[in-house]
Amino acid sequence: MRTDKDNDIVIELDNVHKHFGDQKVLNGVSLSIRAGTTTVIVGASGQGKSVILKHMLGLMQPDSGQVRVFGQNLAMAGKKGLRQIRSKFGVLFQNVALFDSMTIYDNVALPLRERTAASEDDIRRQVEEKLAMMGLSDHGDKFPAQVSGGMQKRAGLARALVLNPEVVFFDEPTTGLDVRKSNEIYRLFFETQTQLHYTAVIVSHDVPKIFKLADYVTLMANGQLQGCMSPEAFQLSGNELIREFVLETMGPIYSSETEELQSYETP
Amino acid sequence: MKIIALLGRETLRTLETLGRFGMFLALSLYCAVTPPYKVMPIVRQIRFIGANSLFVIMFTGLFTGMVLSLQGYYTLTKFDSVGFLGAAVSLSLIRELGPVLGALMVIGRAGSAICAEIGIMRNSEQIDALECMAIDPYRFLVVPKMVAGIIAMPLLTFIFDVIGILGGFLIGVELFGVSAGSYFHGMYSAVVWHDIEMGLVKSLVFGLLMVWICSAKGFYLHKERDGGFGAEGVSRTTTSAVVIASVAVLVWDYLISAILL
Repeated sequence: MRTDKDNDIVIELDNVHKHFGDQKVLNGVSLSIRAGTTTVIVGASGQGKSVILKHMLGLMQPDSGQVRVFGQNLAMAGKKGLRQIRSKFGVLFQNVALFDSMTIYDNVALPLRERTAASEDDIRRQVEEKLAMMGLSDHGDKFPAQVSGGMQKRAGLARALVLNPEVVFFDEPTTGLDVRKSNEIYRLFFETQTQLHYTAVIVSHDVPKIFKLADYVTLMANGQLQGCMSPEAFQLSGNELIREFVLETMGPIYSSETEELQSYETP
Repeated sequence: MKIIALLGRETLRTLETLGRFGMFLALSLYCAVTPPYKVMPIVRQIRFIGANSLFVIMFTGLFTGMVLSLQGYYTLTKFDSVGFLGAAVSLSLIRELGPVLGALMVIGRAGSAICAEIGIMRNSEQIDALECMAIDPYRFLVVPKMVAGIIAMPLLTFIFDVIGILGGFLIGVELFGVSAGSYFHGMYSAVVWHDIEMGLVKSLVFGLLMVWICSAKGFYLHKERDGGFGAEGVSRTTTSAVVIASVAVLVWDYLISAILL
């Protein structure tokens, strides 16, 4: 999966702090995400993974610290600047956030209708292409409530990708799906990323499955990100919190597995 | 000491809410007057707020006119002035009852739906999704409703007035035997352009108030849940939006009357 990718930093969090009332959720979070890579943020529920994502999307402002996207500080970008940055984003929300009063076709067509001057014929061509990519060609005229959770996720992914974004955010993309449907979402993610070369930021606790797709993994715990490393290094990390997380989610790593993991490490 | 702290907290909270609502109105109006302009979403909202409210407006207007005529006839006979029945009914409807009752009916029917719709969109991250897609939620969600409210409310008020006057005619002329000529002549001689202007100004303001308050309450559901989360939060916020919008209509009714009289 890991290749010689562009090393440009697309998103950078610099010592970000955030609290809600008395609760400190982010306590000096720093992270750099490089173009074309897949970075996975893992961690237990309620640790602030989605809060990090919302900061990257500009939906939340940090109490202190900076969030820079494409080199621009989001806090200083202004409404217009923020819209320009977001025009390069695609987002798959945890609960999909499809517009339930619109058909799946109209949901996918919405960004094209609102953000481009494309003709209806052109929009139809692009939407049908994305729906076909997601295996939803026969379901475009249905409303989100009329299709399964897996189909809703695929429709959400089609909407996120319809403008060929540079960065795609996935907030718990497989929550509520069974194993088969989860695998389907991961397969679609892999295929579309190979095809469209976008940078991916995934918030997930689907361990260890998500490690197969990741270039970098980081753990959110105690208000901070615990390193950012390859999945193999993550599983062998000496960091106490990471070791504990790996043990809780994957069980103990035995010596034979350690050797296998070490063989993946690049020299 | 606790009372002072509570008072301070509540004052700050109220100021914050007023500021938020003020910004919401300013941003919505700015988006409404700047391009790109999209007609179809406005037409769809005029259908929802206006056309779909027709039945309730006609029904309410008819019975309001009928009861005005009934009470008016009873009062005017005491002063031997039944000839003023048409004037009393029409002036009451055009200046006060048409705009106010029409607005209250539309708030109950469409305002509550607007608040619930936007509130559910906030709860299910659909508004966040719009922002992440670089689509302005004010322009996409609020402006069509606001423009439609401003267009639809005067039209609904006009229909309310006409049906109310006919309701008054039914009771006064058909039931109590007041002469039709006297009913309409009284109306014709009493109603002047200033009365119609007052009704028009009120209905325009009420249309804006309804959409503003109901949309903003739904839009900021996450910031002022009125004591509830999820479905309960939507339900409480909707109730609160309807109450605040209705009270605002009555307060502004007095203010506009006081200014324009």
